[in-house]
Amino acid sequence: MAYQPDRSQYPQPGPDGKLDIDLTSGKYLKLWQGPNHPGITGNMSVELTVCGDEVVEGKTHVGYLHRGFEKLMERRTFIQCFPIVCRICVPEPDFNEYCYAAAVEELAGIEIPEQARWIRTLILEMGRINSYLMYLGGQAGALGQGVIGQWTTYVRDLMLDRFEEMTGARIYHMFILPGGVRDTLPEGFDGRMEETLQELESTLADVDKVMFHNAVFKKRTIGVGYVDPSLIDQYGITGPVARAMGFPRDVRKDDPYLVYPELDFEPVVGKDSDIYARADVRRRDLLMSVDLIRQILAKMPRTGPVMAPLPNVLHWKIPRGETYIRGECSRGEYGFYLVTDGSGYPRRVNVRGPSYTHAMALLERLIVNCNISDVAALLVSLHTYPPEIER
Amino acid sequence: MRELYQRLQSLFVLGELTEQRANLFFITVEKDRLRPLITHLRDREGLRHLVLLTAVDWLEEGQFQLTYLLCDRLTRRDLGLRVMLDRANPVMESIHDLWPTAATYQRELREMFGIDFPGSPRLDEEFILEGWNTTPPYRRDFDTLEYARSQYAERAGRETRDPETHMRAQLYPESN
Repeated sequence: MAYQPDRSQYPQPGPDGKLDIDLTSGKYLKLWQGPNHPGITGNMSVELTVCGDEVVEGKTHVGYLHRGFEKLMERRTFIQCFPIVCRICVPEPDFNEYCYAAAVEELAGIEIPEQARWIRTLILEMGRINSYLMYLGGQAGALGQGVIGQWTTYVRDLMLDRFEEMTGARIYHMFILPGGVRDTLPEGFDGRMEETLQELESTLADVDKVMFHNAVFKKRTIGVGYVDPSLIDQYGITGPVARAMGFPRDVRKDDPYLVYPELDFEPVVGKDSDIYARADVRRRDLLMSVDLIRQILAKMPRTGPVMAPLPNVLHWKIPRGETYIRGECSRGEYGFYLVTDGSGYPRRVNVRGPSYTHAMALLERLIVNCNISDVAALLVSLHTYPPEIER
Repeated sequence: MRELYQRLQSLFVLGELTEQRANLFFITVEKDRLRPLITHLRDREGLRHLVLLTAVDWLEEGQFQLTYLLCDRLTRRDLGLRVMLDRANPVMESIHDLWPTAATYQRELREMFGIDFPGSPRLDEEFILEGWNTTPPYRRDFDTLEYARSQYAERAGRETRDPETHMRAQLYPESN
């Protein structure tokens, strides 16, 4: 005889389809996961209503990190906006720089030099690796495997060294600016990057053994946190979450930008749409970025300018217009909607981060009926960065 | 994209068209005509991905512009729908029933621009701000500097100098 769980103690849907949760009944407990909690990604929190050890309702709360970037940019000239956009997303700041710069260039009618296009692609792939390394550490950490985070932090630090020698900065690089990039690659960069990539591959082989072949990790993630593929358009799902469902959605392939048409790659897809599938898609995507960096360094031109001529940036006015520029960041579709009004300041900048849809509407739906001990793993598996929700 | 525009023109009353790129068009539509158009685009034309929903404040013209950006991921085309709202009474029909994720965008627009979307879930719950009781902050007439001055005290002992006068005094003391 099959086991039939007794659901009579759990809330039942009312006439409007919503769960009838009576907090005064004594059956429920309000529990805050975050903003300071090891099982939360960054400065956000999830207000959980639990019944026993099952979540019956979850609400995402953001706002702990709101700095009003979009408003600040309306009071800054186009070149003054460039150093602040990277701060919208800490672990992968370069996409903000690229999307902003590309939007300004399109509205101002600027064509960037060939070498700058290759260097931009290189930086974006390096940033993607860093972001995935942080994710792998977080995903394993959410299930108690602290050592993975230490290993990935080690190789991320090596990649930060490459960023430092290239841009002068480790976290906020401020390297991709409207018109091109700030500099060419330093001498001997290729060799040092190859050493870093080999170290990265070696570490990832260890991560593969210890994390992806770990019985506990598999038990806790396979079949958990399932995202129904029918939700993809309703909830604006993009990036590895969509690819783990089996949809080969990747802006690098679907709407190619920079030099991606000249690189050889295929979007990494999974099929099971659970936490394990999403983690595996990201691990394989990380290895693909390693390959892309090797391709870029082998193919990129080493001569020519890296900056297009710009007008006097202190008096730079851009004609009235609007555009949307997107790119594929480690979490999905990242985009900038820029509106100009003919003045020297942006009229409106709107940042579209993938976390905006993943961590709000989608998470609040997925979290219902989730076991309380799986909430952290589910949340991390959506790979959300709160700063891009509240900008 | 041109063919799509012509097809739509035979079915709907459309406003100004802007061809930003070969695969990115913007079309202005009347407030009351948005819903049938956006439903048609989603169900018949494959523009099923709501990329973003945001607002632009055209203070001088007394209008808010709502931008609904839709994407067809298979044919790689984007279509932005612009809806102009009267700034004095900014109310717009909610589309949360078409895209559940639109409720989040509408909640933010309500808080940051003061645009109302009657019927949208949790519209009056705080989203990013806490205890905000003055002009919605993303409106152009909200002065961030003035707000900061009214809310926070100056640090004791802080001196403010005009940069031009100060630097002239530093570099060319004889000119004073």
